[in-house]
Amino acid sequence: MNDASPAHLSPEVILQQLKQHGVTHVVWLPDSETNWLYLLMQAEPALTLVAVPREGLACSVAAGLVTGGKVPVILIQNTGLMESGDSIRGWLFGLDIPVVIMVGLRGWTRHGVTQDTAAVYTEPFLNAFRINYYLVESDADAQRISVAFDEAKRTKRPVAVLVGDEYHGFNG
Amino acid sequence: MFHTADMLKAFNPYRGDAIVVPGRGGRHWIKISDQPGLDLPLGDPAMGGHAAFAFGLALALPHRKVVLFDSEGDVQMGLGILLTVAEHKPENFYHFMLDNECYATTGGQPVPNAKNIAYDLLARGAGYPRVFAFDELAALTAALPAILGQPGPVFVAMKVHADVENKPITQRTKWQTRTRVQVIADFRKHLGIAA
Repeated sequence: MNDASPAHLSPEVILQQLKQHGVTHVVWLPDSETNWLYLLMQAEPALTLVAVPREGLACSVAAGLVTGGKVPVILIQNTGLMESGDSIRGWLFGLDIPVVIMVGLRGWTRHGVTQDTAAVYTEPFLNAFRINYYLVESDADAQRISVAFDEAKRTKRPVAVLVGDEYHGFNG
Repeated sequence: MFHTADMLKAFNPYRGDAIVVPGRGGRHWIKISDQPGLDLPLGDPAMGGHAAFAFGLALALPHRKVVLFDSEGDVQMGLGILLTVAEHKPENFYHFMLDNECYATTGGQPVPNAKNIAYDLLARGAGYPRVFAFDELAALTAALPAILGQPGPVFVAMKVHADVENKPITQRTKWQTRTRVQVIADFRKHLGIAA
């Protein structure tokens, strides 16, 4: 397999998935190379962007939004995912909050030689928390985002989408 | 300095039809509230997140007042949410904070810099348009109509006595009468929010 993926994950495709699943709020802390998505989300009147300065707070904001009948998505980097452990436990699992967490997979490489510890620990972290996850690397994988939304709704649990392309290739 | 239960009793007549997230005051509030369908006594799902939860709720239900009784330990842990609240300025968000200067649920150890923090000024600096601080119940009670009668977000720091718990968690008396999941289900049903 070639190390470089020829296809990209387009921000337009991500946005279309969010709209398709009725997302009302994007609770997020920007990660590397999400600016294209940010500009699109800003221009989308159906979405409210809620920026938080620490990722764990995104979990409790999302829990409040869901309690009030809204449909948030959490958009963070894998580093912030790991910071959020206790909030995921208490505010998401503890309250049966169905939410998709889109995780920028910093350090991800397709060839398996991973030097960035952020990527090294991401999947073990998700497995330890028993969070099911789906990897998306290109537009062809977009349907997995729908699978994640459907699963979160059905199981009333957080489900992660690992964004292996970081929207425009950062895979070194 | 005053007792949390006395403060909550003073607040209740001014509640109207506000949603109340009682935070660490929950053990007292469930005995005082006469509108349990509008209450979210969640206890402590995870420390530091009460304000973010109540803020999310306020965003979701902009036509309902949301009153939160936060604590200074939680605010210290999740201080950054003040910035997010101030950016969105939800007019229906009323952020009260109990400051007992310690971690009462772990034995009363002091929070960092316990006696020297002006939380109202922290909120002001973060961008809350209205902030208050009270250490006497009479003054707070007199101000409640004005605090609740104007748009939020507002931050109200209150000095309260510590209800220190020193027993192991397994030996403490549980005050919750419903699970957290049931509390949310009841709340959503009461407001007609689809599951």
